[in-house]
Amino acid sequence: MKVFLMFRDRDFSLEEAAPANAQDLIQDLELNTLFQAMAGGDSYLFEVARVAVMASLKEHEAILYRQEILSDCLEFQEIVKELYTLSVDSIERENKIWGWFSLSSPDSLLHRSVEALGLFVGSLERLRKLADEQGTKMRSEGFRRFFGMISQELDDDYLQAVKNHLERLNFPNGILMNADLGPDFRGKNYILRRMDVRKLKWFEQVQEWVGQIKHKDGAGFTFDVDPRDEAGFRALEALRTEGIANVAVALAQSSDHILSFFKALRLELGFYMGCLNLREKLVAKQEPLCIPTPLLEKDEMLQCREIYDVCLSLNTATRVVGNDIAGENKALVVITGANRGGKSTFLRSLGLAQLMMQCGMFVAARDYQANICRGVFTHFKREEDVGMKSGKLDEELSRMSAIVERITSHSVLLLNESFASTNEREGSEIARQIVRALMEKKVKIVYVTHMFDLADGFYRQLKKCALFLRAERLADGTRTYRLIEGAPEPTSYGEDLFWRIFKGESENLQVQVSDEWATARRLSGTHT
Amino acid sequence: MEQDGQGAGQGIPDCFPDLNLDQIIDTITAGWEEYDLKPAFYAPLTSVEAVQYRQHCFRDLLENPGLLQHVRSFTESMRAMRSHLAISEKRYYKRQKQAAFLDAIETYCSATLKLSDGLLSVGPASRGFQALRDFLLKYSASEGFTVLRRETEKVRADLADVHYTLHIHQGSVTVNRRDSEDDYSEDVLQTFEKFRQAEPRSHRLKVPLSMEMNHIEAQILDLVAELHAEAFMHLDEYCDSYRNYCDDRICRFDREVQFYIAYLEQMEPLTKAGLSFCFPTLSSHSKEIQALDTYDLALANQLIRARKDVVQNSFYLKGPERIFVVSGPNQGGKTTFARTYGQIHYLAALGCPVPGMAAKLFLFDRIFTHFEKEEDIQNLRGKLEDELVRIHEILGKATSSSILIMNESFLSTTMNDALFLNRQVMKRVAALDMLCVTVTFLDELATINEKTVSMVSMVYPEDPQRRTFKVIRRPADGLAYATAIAEKYHLTYDSVRTRIDARQSEVSRS
Repeated sequence: MKVFLMFRDRDFSLEEAAPANAQDLIQDLELNTLFQAMAGGDSYLFEVARVAVMASLKEHEAILYRQEILSDCLEFQEIVKELYTLSVDSIERENKIWGWFSLSSPDSLLHRSVEALGLFVGSLERLRKLADEQGTKMRSEGFRRFFGMISQELDDDYLQAVKNHLERLNFPNGILMNADLGPDFRGKNYILRRMDVRKLKWFEQVQEWVGQIKHKDGAGFTFDVDPRDEAGFRALEALRTEGIANVAVALAQSSDHILSFFKALRLELGFYMGCLNLREKLVAKQEPLCIPTPLLEKDEMLQCREIYDVCLSLNTATRVVGNDIAGENKALVVITGANRGGKSTFLRSLGLAQLMMQCGMFVAARDYQANICRGVFTHFKREEDVGMKSGKLDEELSRMSAIVERITSHSVLLLNESFASTNEREGSEIARQIVRALMEKKVKIVYVTHMFDLADGFYRQLKKCALFLRAERLADGTRTYRLIEGAPEPTSYGEDLFWRIFKGESENLQVQVSDEWATARRLSGTHT
Repeated sequence: MEQDGQGAGQGIPDCFPDLNLDQIIDTITAGWEEYDLKPAFYAPLTSVEAVQYRQHCFRDLLENPGLLQHVRSFTESMRAMRSHLAISEKRYYKRQKQAAFLDAIETYCSATLKLSDGLLSVGPASRGFQALRDFLLKYSASEGFTVLRRETEKVRADLADVHYTLHIHQGSVTVNRRDSEDDYSEDVLQTFEKFRQAEPRSHRLKVPLSMEMNHIEAQILDLVAELHAEAFMHLDEYCDSYRNYCDDRICRFDREVQFYIAYLEQMEPLTKAGLSFCFPTLSSHSKEIQALDTYDLALANQLIRARKDVVQNSFYLKGPERIFVVSGPNQGGKTTFARTYGQIHYLAALGCPVPGMAAKLFLFDRIFTHFEKEEDIQNLRGKLEDELVRIHEILGKATSSSILIMNESFLSTTMNDALFLNRQVMKRVAALDMLCVTVTFLDELATINEKTVSMVSMVYPEDPQRRTFKVIRRPADGLAYATAIAEKYHLTYDSVRTRIDARQSEVSRS
């Protein structure tokens, strides 16, 4: 019995391979915020979300398979939630049995397994009922197959057979076990036998065992196990538990099999529950969502309306600004303009949308249409490493080198102020060479940069196959956080910012520009 | 005992992470957690006298091995004493608590006596340790301490003399004074020895050993105590009356001296590797500072563990000079230089020996750092704005006695902007007449005025990709080596193409 709600033909697991650059993606795109929203406070759902989002689907079909199931989930929330609750309840109740027994004086392993099985029978009956009564409403291939399987495999005859076993395992006639004597005179190799022996035999064995203790302490001390002495009683219990261990193991295995089925169900539904959690948060803020349209790798496309950074939105009380992009057949997107103008945010929103689409989820946009990528790569500026082993440019280059080591055609690479850790002339030169080579190898590149020299060079040479966006800044200096199409402009706005922040500075710091500064300006004349 | 310069209790200074002082202090205090030493390292001294007082104590410990040894063995005993007390605290039954408590007092008495005798014989030279010696002489001869010692010995001797027998019958246990020393087990063995054929089977029961007394043992012990009422009553009285046996000044010394020991201990591997420490001359007015062959202590700790060479740098300021402008190739040790500068000043202000052959340093009021920070989605201010707000705050708080260390400030904008902003800041720093180090790619900053001194990170002339990590006082030469580095990482146009082709053909083959 397979769940198959994440893939048409195989199980989903928490060991799904994440790309080698997963840590970079998580850090650069602030993915933990997304996972947290999907988790809704549940650390298990966090893990499921993380694995599912990181293990991007590369096949068009596979994405559509999940999108269909997701659509069912969005439409029939209640059924999906009930199914998920059923799996979680079963797992948790089973867990509690074990916790409860390990804390008290254990009656026997056997008893525990019987208890667990009894509990699962109830769950299986509920599951069957759900399949019979609700399952037929679902439209997706995945859910139809799943509920069909439940109705067929868990039919009435099967459920009755399980109950019969449970009844026999209550041992109405007691237990009998064989044992060998160990080298320390303690019993070992206890094996439970058939039930045609009376309780008396069992008592006799216990008597014998108590007798051994007496003999051992025979130097003169009398030893009685007082029925009220819990420590003494615990020893007796341990013996009995050991005796029925092998049957308990077999039963425990059986109940483990059922448990693993519910765990698979919880796991695969966990992804969709994460989607529902996320939707709830975004819908509450009236942020738009859409089921994206994935295109084949070769159909280079990036087109969207009101795309926004879902993680930023999750961290903000109000709605965030969305952007519209029309990028058909654009191999390069260059974003320039005002600091604090929403450039990094936009870059993240693209990365997030691509990852969300490729795990079968909805996307944070009014609509989104893009080709499937073989990989999403990020190269964002980082704080200097605490290991002190390398300088900043070295660190950037070594990360870029790791990316080049893995990137393939039809991947997308998001660059955020890359190579700004050296001066502008040299940074531009390094970037130009890398970008040119990658574009030739069919890597889609989105580059946020304030290096005018670089952006302007791209504009002059690649106008046709590239899209140029600029952070909008109104005439009065206000930033709209919106990106508009436009050629790179040679200025940035650090100076305004400086005077705004320093306008309140104390009198004694208001130093006049002296001759020295004029000299300095002359010296830097080559760059201005 | 140590004269505490100022109340510790402030939190971690802001400059710690940027200067890697957090790593240094972590290394120093690792293994000393129980003494809570960090607050002392968070509180630089503010007067030259206080610094000298500590320097003398350090010098005493460094130059008088006998002194250090006595202090160490004393603090080890105090540690043992505390663990006895902890055991006493943890025990459930009263008598077990008393046993551990007695151990603690015995340890305390002998440790105190030994230290007192030791200090007398080694003759400390510093005011701090001389004061300690005088105090201990008085204390160990005092009435209170002498009585404590005598009582401890008596209680111990009395209890060593207690013997008893146990008789347990049908769930009843009888305890008695012992009246015979015979061993029945020997009789038994002798009696049945003739039946012996081979080695007997083992009858060991697997009983987990518990440190804690169980209820049966405890009842027995109570009966024993009743039989030997006098000795145990004496014990009760003793424990009651010496609950606070430990002298406060001795306990404080035990804690405070760890500051010195911990610091000296972290110096050991470094001096063994051939690196120097020196006692700097501090001034709170002259800014003509100087350091010879100093180095980044955090980096050195890492490098000597990996058995690698540690690069040492020297620097000086004279006349009106205040600001080091550090430029030159990447990965050339510029940031390390800036950190070294901050660290050596900070450590000097703690009264500690500092890395280097010799040093003349300035006793600052505060150290400010302005290092690049990673973008934080929670902080919705733009990065540049954030940097400007931070420098504005710093300039508002700084005085002419402050030190400012800037690392690659205002890079998230165009070069023109960066130049403008850096100049504006330099202008204000110069006006404040404060000490400053700024690491930058902008060579232009090195020649702003008579307060700036240019320092350049060096490469080997024959191979520009190899860095010496030396930072040397000389004019900025405008050379950067970025392209050479790109080659090193195989990130030129041709290399990138070749690498992707090679891998894709590999993939299609397999």
